[in-house]
Amino acid sequence: MRHLLSMRDLDRDGVLSILDTAASMHDVQRREVKKLPTLRGRTVVNLFFEDSTRTRSSFEIAGKWLSADVINISGKGSSTSKGESLRDTVLTVAAMGVDGLVIRHGASGAAAQVSQWVDAVVVNAGDGTHEHPTQALLDAYTMRQRLGDLEGRHVAIVGDLTHSRVLRSNLICLRTLGARVTVVAPPTLMPSGIATWAATDGFETAYDLDEVLPHVDAVMMLRVQRERMSGGYFPTAREYTVGYGLTRERLARLPEHAVICHPGPMNRGLEIAADAADAAQSLILDQVSAGVAVRMSVLYHLLASSGAGTAEGSVA
Amino acid sequence: MRPDFGVPPQAASADAAAPRVVMSEADVSRALRRIAHEILERNKGAQSLVVLGIPTRGVALARRLVKVMAEVEGREVPVGALDVTMYRDDLRRNPTRAVEHTDIPAPGIDGRTVVLVDDVLFSGRTVRAALDALSDLGRPQAVRLAVLVDRGHRDLPIRADFVGKNLPTSSAERVSVRLAEHDGADEVLISGGERR
Repeated sequence: MRHLLSMRDLDRDGVLSILDTAASMHDVQRREVKKLPTLRGRTVVNLFFEDSTRTRSSFEIAGKWLSADVINISGKGSSTSKGESLRDTVLTVAAMGVDGLVIRHGASGAAAQVSQWVDAVVVNAGDGTHEHPTQALLDAYTMRQRLGDLEGRHVAIVGDLTHSRVLRSNLICLRTLGARVTVVAPPTLMPSGIATWAATDGFETAYDLDEVLPHVDAVMMLRVQRERMSGGYFPTAREYTVGYGLTRERLARLPEHAVICHPGPMNRGLEIAADAADAAQSLILDQVSAGVAVRMSVLYHLLASSGAGTAEGSVA
Repeated sequence: MRPDFGVPPQAASADAAAPRVVMSEADVSRALRRIAHEILERNKGAQSLVVLGIPTRGVALARRLVKVMAEVEGREVPVGALDVTMYRDDLRRNPTRAVEHTDIPAPGIDGRTVVLVDDVLFSGRTVRAALDALSDLGRPQAVRLAVLVDRGHRDLPIRADFVGKNLPTSSAERVSVRLAEHDGADEVLISGGERR
């Protein structure tokens, strides 16, 4: 694997190798000295054309703990706001001799496009509503920590599926690990063509959350992206909560061993009640802490060896 | 061509390629018992010792060493594992390696005598990486090195304190340590290259 653009870049062994390495990285996080010399002399640029404090800072910490030099460039203050094209911005950054580019962009496919312009390793940190592979890896990592092997486990992904970039990566990742997945959403937030997609990737669709909940090992609540809601997706926030929110009543219906995930940031009281977010079953803060470990693992697998295609063997 | 004294050329080349056993199960067991005794003697007992194996086979050897020490001293010596992958200086030259677990026993390593255990001592680079890894974990009073086989060809000024067997090799030869925990049997094999 040369870049991480999509969860489809990884086969089962590749995913497991990244998750296992992340477990070792997690141990490092508990140490007094959190620094490893692994990427000394390597430069990683976080190129964020969209805001994302959580993802950007966890990539930044991950790179720093591996001793890489990390630079953050945000779209707002950069030349793109002066009219420079994505290609010119990326080529300018690459010309400074960087080894890795972590890119977040509002256009689906942006990271894949960038990987064709530069020699540096490219990591997709979210492209439009397409993919967000490191988020899927950290979700899988967190669930695996609590539930063990995910083979045969049942995961429900609930909420705004249409606008989610987390959905696609998570579906691929969970199916690669052998989990059973059911996606649940109101019909208006179910992506078009979901039936064909479900048939290809082998997941189920449902519209009634209450029917699904008692049978799951994990429930992943997606954020209702109010900023992308131009209206018409559901009548009122209250109605959404009644139909699809993880309320206190629904929390009681979850099996005792089942866990709750949310990629954050949460709309408390909308898609998830405070009781559910703060429950013992909630892995939401574990997800944040795993984010650094998983991103350390990804940077290690992509950048530790001398680049171009040398990572085969451990990562497909 | 290399002279083969009295051995038919064909047989000699087949023989050189075939792995040969340089330590049997009994040899391995004897060497480990001796090393355990030497560590205890040098340390004047088991107090403040921590034994850390370097994955993969160093960990199995470390566990066996502390077992012998417990028989001799009647007290458990803390044992753990120290993965050095992230500290290697040859990461860029090789495909990415899988990272193993580091497991430091509860008392930690501060102020203790740490005995690093590995199966084969060769270039010394693994041990150098282990010393770096240790310094990120704390400050031991002293660090000692125990290896089952020292095959020579050091790239760095590193020497083992406790050696199971000194094995003169050519750099083209390959030394494989097989242990019951991983390979179903205890033996040390040497293969390939020209015999010295």
